[in-house]
Amino acid sequence: MSAMPGVVAINTFREAVRDRVLYNLVFFALLMIGAAIIVGQISIGIERLVIVNLGLTAISIFGLVMAIFIGVGLVYKEIEKRTLYSLLSKPIRRWEFLVGKYAGLILTLVINTAFMTAGLAVALFYVGRPFVRSDASILIAIYFILLALALVTAIALFFSCFSSPMLSTLFTLAIYVTGLFAADIRDFGALTHSSFIKTATSVLYYLVPNFHDFNSIAVAAHGESIPFALVWQNTLYALMYIALLLVASSAIFSRRNLK
Amino acid sequence: MASQIPAIEITGLTKDYSVGFWRKRMRRSLDHLSLRVEEGEIFGFLGPNGAGKTTTLKLLMGLIFPTDGTANILGRPIDDISMHRDIGYLPEHPYFYDYLTARELLDYYARFSHYPAEERRVRVARVLERVGLASAADVQLRKFSKGMLQRAGIAQAIIHDPRLVFLDEPMSGLDPIGRHEVRDIILDLKTQGRTVFFSTHILSDAEMLCDRVAVLHEGKLRGIGSPGKIVSLEVQAMEILFEPVENQPLPSNLAQHATPVGGRYRMEVPEAELYRTINDLRSCSARILSVSPVRPTLEDYFLGLVERKPNAPVEAHAQ
Amino acid sequence: MSNAGQKRSLWLALAAIPLLFAALFFLQARIDARTRTEAQAKEELLLRSPAAIEKMSLGYNSLLADIYWTRAVQYYGGKLADENVHFPLLWPLLDISTTLDPKLLAAYHFGAMFLSEPRVGANRPDLAVKLIKRGIAANPGNWRLDADLGFLYYWYLRDYGDAAAAYLAGSNTPQGPAWMKFMAARLDQKGGSLETSRMIWTQVYESNSDPKIRKLALNTLKGLKAEQDERELDTAASEYRQRFGHYPASVAEMRGAALLHGVPVDPDGYPYVLGPDGQFELNPHSSVAIPQEPKTPPRPAAK
Ligand SMILES: Nc1ncnc2c1ncn2[C@@H]1O[C@H](COP(=O)(O)OP(=O)(O)OP(=O)(O)O)[C@@H](O)[C@H]1O
Ligand SMILES: [Mg+2]
Repeated sequence: MSAMPGVVAINTFREAVRDRVLYNLVFFALLMIGAAIIVGQISIGIERLVIVNLGLTAISIFGLVMAIFIGVGLVYKEIEKRTLYSLLSKPIRRWEFLVGKYAGLILTLVINTAFMTAGLAVALFYVGRPFVRSDASILIAIYFILLALALVTAIALFFSCFSSPMLSTLFTLAIYVTGLFAADIRDFGALTHSSFIKTATSVLYYLVPNFHDFNSIAVAAHGESIPFALVWQNTLYALMYIALLLVASSAIFSRRNLK
Repeated sequence: MASQIPAIEITGLTKDYSVGFWRKRMRRSLDHLSLRVEEGEIFGFLGPNGAGKTTTLKLLMGLIFPTDGTANILGRPIDDISMHRDIGYLPEHPYFYDYLTARELLDYYARFSHYPAEERRVRVARVLERVGLASAADVQLRKFSKGMLQRAGIAQAIIHDPRLVFLDEPMSGLDPIGRHEVRDIILDLKTQGRTVFFSTHILSDAEMLCDRVAVLHEGKLRGIGSPGKIVSLEVQAMEILFEPVENQPLPSNLAQHATPVGGRYRMEVPEAELYRTINDLRSCSARILSVSPVRPTLEDYFLGLVERKPNAPVEAHAQ
Repeated sequence: MSNAGQKRSLWLALAAIPLLFAALFFLQARIDARTRTEAQAKEELLLRSPAAIEKMSLGYNSLLADIYWTRAVQYYGGKLADENVHFPLLWPLLDISTTLDPKLLAAYHFGAMFLSEPRVGANRPDLAVKLIKRGIAANPGNWRLDADLGFLYYWYLRDYGDAAAAYLAGSNTPQGPAWMKFMAARLDQKGGSLETSRMIWTQVYESNSDPKIRKLALNTLKGLKAEQDERELDTAASEYRQRFGHYPASVAEMRGAALLHGVPVDPDGYPYVLGPDGQFELNPHSSVAIPQEPKTPPRPAAK
C-alpha cells in the first residue's frame, strides 16, 4: 500500500483544524459542565445515568453532524475549487486520493471523539463516582458510535462522488434514518399481506446499513455489559460495509470527468 | 536529433462534452488531434478562446477522459499514473488549499515525490525563491493575489524537477515583471534539457520562446511548425510615428497618409516605401519618434483561419 | 500499473461489491439471531414512560406511535406460542402507543381484547378497562369503543350493571346503533345468560376485521354453542332418568326413547360423549372448549 493516502489524510485533518471544526468541543464541554452541575443539584442516584445518556448522545450527534457535513464536501469542494487539478497531476491515483480524504475525516472524528470522551469522564468524575469495571460499556458504546460515524462518512463520501453537497446530505440522512429503522420497516412489511412488500422491506433491511445495532447508549447508561460477540460483529460489519462503499466510490470517481 | 521516444505523442484525441440542460447534445471540443512533441522542445499550443487548449491539457493529465484517440507521455499511456512522477502541470487559473501557506502547500506537493523532510525544505525554499514568492512564503494562500497564485502554481509544477512541464496559460494574471520571470523560468527549463508544453493565446510569448507551435481552432489542428513559418510573421507594413516642426505644414504627399495623434502623426507605409518616406520626413525636418513593423495580430491570424476551408492545416508537420 | 492492469483491478473491485453484500447478509443474520434470543431472555423496554417518549419524539409522535403499535402487535404474536408468558410488556407498549397517538383506534380494540384474555392474553381486564376508558375520553362519540367497554364488563368482569351503562352510552352517540340500546335493556333485566353471551360475541365477530380477534370470537362462539348443547342434552338425560329410573347408558338408548334425533355433534363435528352419570362431555378429540369464567381475580393496576 502506498503512502499517498496518508499524505492526503494528514492534509484533510489539517484543513478541518484550520477551519475551526474542533470548536464544537467547546459546546460539548459547556454541555457537560452544565449537565454535571444541574444533575448534581437535583437528583441522587441517577447522575450517572443522565450524564452518560447525555454525553453519549451528544458525542453521537456532534459526530454525525461533522461526518455528514464535512463528508459530503470532501470530494466536491476539491473539484469545485479545482484544487484537485494540480493534485491529480502528482503520482497519486484517484482511489488513493479518495481513501486519503476518507481517512483524514475519520482521523478528525476520532480525535474529536477522544476529546469528548475525556470530557465525559471528567463530568462523571465530578458527579462523584469512582470508575468501575462496568464503565467499559461506555467505552464500547463510544467505539460503536465511532464505527457508525465511519459508516456514515463512507456513505457521505460515496454520494459526494457524483452529486452536489445538498443532495448528498439528503441522501446520506435518508440512508441513516432508514438504517436506524430498518428492522421496524421490515417488521411493518411482515405485517402486510402483500408478499411484494414483505420481500421489498426485507431486501431493504439487508441492503441499508443497520445502524440500530450500533446504538448501545442505553445499555451503557444502565451500566449493563455489552456482549463481546457484538463488538467483533459490529466491527466486521462496519469494516465490510465501508470497504464496499469505498470500492464503489472509487469505481465511480475513477471514471468521472472533472468539470 | 529527436530521441527515439517523443515526450508527447497524441493520436486522434477527441473530446465531446454533453451540453444543454434538458436535451443533452454532444459538442465536440477537440476533434481528432494528433501531434508529437520531442524531448527538450519548448512547444507552444496556440488558439483563440474556446479552441480546446485546456481541454487537451486536461485530457493529457487524466482529469477528463477522451471520447476517442490515445496519447502517450514520455512513452507511457496517459492513464499510467506512474508517469506523473516525471511531469509537472500548471492548471488554468490555478487555485489551491487556501488554509495553507505557500510553504506548506509546496511541502505537501513535494511529499508525493517521496523526498525526505530535509530535502523538501531545501526544494521548497529554492522554488519559492525561483518564482519570486520568498517574501510571501508564510502567508496563507487565501490572502494571495491572482498573480501570486499563478506563481505558486508554477512553483508546484516544477518543484520535483520534472522532465516535462505542462503549463496552461502560464502568463495569465502576471504583471510585466512576472511575465518576464516566467519566460526566464521556461528558458531555464530548456537549458536543463526539459520539455515544456504550454498553451497561450498571446502570440509574442510563443514567438519569443517556442521551438515549435501548434495552432488549434474550434478543436481542430490548423497548423504546426516553427513560429515563423506557421504564423506568418512577415511584416505587412511599417508604422512610423513622427512629430513635424512646429507651425510648418506637412508636405501633401505625407499629409495624405498620416493621421494626427495628439500633436503627432502616425502613418503606415509598405515596407518597400520605408526609406523613401524617411527621406521625405527628413526633408521637412520632422522628428521621427519610432519606426516599427506591423505584424498580423492573433485575431487577424485567426480571422484568416476561419475564412480558410476547414480541415486544411496550413502546413502539416513541418519538421 | 499498466492500462490493462488498471482495468482488471477495477473489475475485481466491482466483483467485490456483491461478495461483500453477501457477507454482510450472513453477518446481519448472525447478529439478529443473537440479539433476538437475548431480547427474549431479558425482555425489557428501555424507556417505559410514555410522557418521556412523547417529549423525545420531537413532534413526530404519530409516526412513533405507529412504530410502537407495530411492536405491540409483534410482541403479542411472538409470545402467543409460549404458554407460560403473560405478556408483561403488552400494557406498556399499548400505553405508549395510545399516549403518543390517542386516536389510534386499532390499539384500543386489539389491546383491550388481548389484555383481558385469560388464556391467549395478559389476563388483565382491569388494564383493558383503563385503556378503553382512555380511548373513549380521547375519541368521544365513537360507539365502537363503548361497545368494547360493555363487552369487557360483561364478559371478563361479569359486571352487568356497568356493561349495561356502557352499551347505553354507546347507543346515545350520534351513530350509535339500535342494538346497543336493546343490549343495555336486556342486561338490566336479565343480567348474564348464554343467549346474551352469544349475541355479544357474534357482535364482536362481525364488527372486527382482525383475524386474531375473529378467530378468538369464533372459538368462543363454538364453545358457547357447545355449552348450550350440553345443557340441552343434560336436560334430555335427566328426563330419561325420570322416565326409566336410571341414566341412559348410550346415545342409542336416548334415541330409542325418542329424546334425541341422530347423533348430537359439537360445532367441530365430533359427537358428544355421554358419561355414566348422564352428563354429556365434549369429545376429547374436539378442539372446541367451553369458555371459562375468569378464575384469577384481576391483579392490582400496573404501576
Ligand atoms: N466542462 C465542460 N462542459 C461543456 N463544455 C465544455 C467544458 N469545458 C470546456 N467546454 C467547451 O470546450 C471548448 C474548448 O474549451 P477549452 O477550455 O479547452 O478552450 P481553451 O482553448 O482553453 O480556451 P481559453 O483560451 O479561453 O482558455 C469550449 O467551447 C468550451 O465551451
Ligand atoms: Mg483554456
